[in-house]
Amino acid sequence: MTQLALVIDLNVCVGCHACVTSCKQWNTSGQAGPLFDDNPYGKDPTGTFFNRVQTFEVGEFPCTETIHFPKSCLHCEDAPCVPVCPTGASYKRQSDGIVLVDYDKCIGCKYCSWACPYGAREFDEQQKVMKKCTLCVDRIYDVSIPEDRRKPACVISCPTSARLFGDVHDPDSEVSLAIRENGGYQLMPEWGTKPANHYLPRRKTKLRIHEDELVRADNPLKKEDIRHEVSKEATLDDWLM
Amino acid sequence: MHPAFSVIFLTTLIGVGQGLFLALFSSQAYTVVNVLPAQGGDYYALGGAIALGFLGLGLVASFFHLGHPERAWRAAAMWRTSWLSREVIVLPAVMGLIFLYVMVNGLGLEMDLYGLGLPGQVALSIGVLGVIATLVLFLCTGMIYAAIKFLQEWATPLTPFNYFLLGTASGFSFAAAFSARTAPELMPFHAGWAITLTVAALVFRVAALIRNARLKARSTVQSAIGVRHNKVQQRSMGMMGGSYNTREYFHGRTLAFMKSVKWIFLVLVFPVPVALIWAGMLEDAPALLAAGFGVQYLGLLFERWFFFAQANHPQNLYYQVVG
Repeated sequence: MTQLALVIDLNVCVGCHACVTSCKQWNTSGQAGPLFDDNPYGKDPTGTFFNRVQTFEVGEFPCTETIHFPKSCLHCEDAPCVPVCPTGASYKRQSDGIVLVDYDKCIGCKYCSWACPYGAREFDEQQKVMKKCTLCVDRIYDVSIPEDRRKPACVISCPTSARLFGDVHDPDSEVSLAIRENGGYQLMPEWGTKPANHYLPRRKTKLRIHEDELVRADNPLKKEDIRHEVSKEATLDDWLM
Repeated sequence: MHPAFSVIFLTTLIGVGQGLFLALFSSQAYTVVNVLPAQGGDYYALGGAIALGFLGLGLVASFFHLGHPERAWRAAAMWRTSWLSREVIVLPAVMGLIFLYVMVNGLGLEMDLYGLGLPGQVALSIGVLGVIATLVLFLCTGMIYAAIKFLQEWATPLTPFNYFLLGTASGFSFAAAFSARTAPELMPFHAGWAITLTVAALVFRVAALIRNARLKARSTVQSAIGVRHNKVQQRSMGMMGGSYNTREYFHGRTLAFMKSVKWIFLVLVFPVPVALIWAGMLEDAPALLAAGFGVQYLGLLFERWFFFAQANHPQNLYYQVVG
């Protein structure tokens, strides 16, 4: 069975929000109609987004690391939002594992969003229905788009290629390979939702320099040792010699 | 979570309606076997109509929670998986059965269905179905919340028990006040059960409070983003303004406010109504009984607000700092 998903490489994401804006652009002008935006240039802007990039700081100053963390619907294999939907508006497609909302059936009771531990669903305050990432289902199957561009808008727009898209059930796919080889993981595994989207961890790059690498082993003139001890009275001239 | 008044009113009002019906049915069942003095059908018809009124008001309140109330009929579709669907089916069923109960009692329909020669067989037969449906409705309402496993404050068998006990306690309180005016012989029965159920509800509600105070969140910011480090802090949630996620999942009140709501409901739902109902029962004072119900219902609004606000949704881990 196919399970389409995103694999997001946290080692590469630079937090530029290109995926956020391209997602908003594609989906607001897509088949489903506009994504709600209220007061976009005012004091308290608010709106519906399928995708967010959040920033976390790991470690304690000065040994800190910044992690840019893009988050959208994870298209869980055991999606908790689907069985709670009272109308069947929320469903998971058998054919490709994408979790979708039928906006014409949604009654806007918000129960599905309560049942999502990831906060991946956002209520459209204008259309009064629940919305969420569709994996650009209207894009990835569109035969009028060149084949190599039939990918979600966020994947296409990512300038650092931090996002991969494909079938995580196909062991030979690019995404499966990336998950296997880079230790791809799922979010909040404690709830057993089995998210289809995976994240590739940040890789720590450390400079390993040993003491003996700083001193030339073959150093007959002992060039490093010709420094004299500097007294408190030393002036700049003593250094310039 | 951010408490919605539509749901607060829905759950408290149908609780009173269900409890009131259970109170009427139980007293009617007792009268058949001559434990309580028999009443005319009018008394049960009027009481049942009031119970219907409470359920109807709850139903109206529930529509305010929907983005598209005109599609509400669709909500019965997924009864195999969704407790919300089941509630949507059972609530009208309860109302329909109570309506039949009202009609049968009001019209005085009598038939010797089981050859026992006792009165009230038709009313009680429909009543039994109503009781079953009422209990199922309590279960459905409670399970809507208890079934969301990662809302740890709700995901406990105590949740449906609390819905049942608080609903029946308030329903019996109303029945006590109601019977004090219309059928005084039944008042001690209803008032006694109102006190008993209120005390039982207190035990279960306090058990839930103690349990929730000792909860340890299973999700952490580490498991939320998958970074195993002791110190992970959010620096930006990805937006400067708010969103659905920041509004729906946090009550936005201070800890002191939460604490005061807790004590308000603990006082208003339990000791004050018990004292008022007790005094009303001894003094035979309908006004005190009515006050007992009024105070308890007011307290239940606080209780339900607290119930919703107390649930801490793990999605909040992603929305901690604006930026």
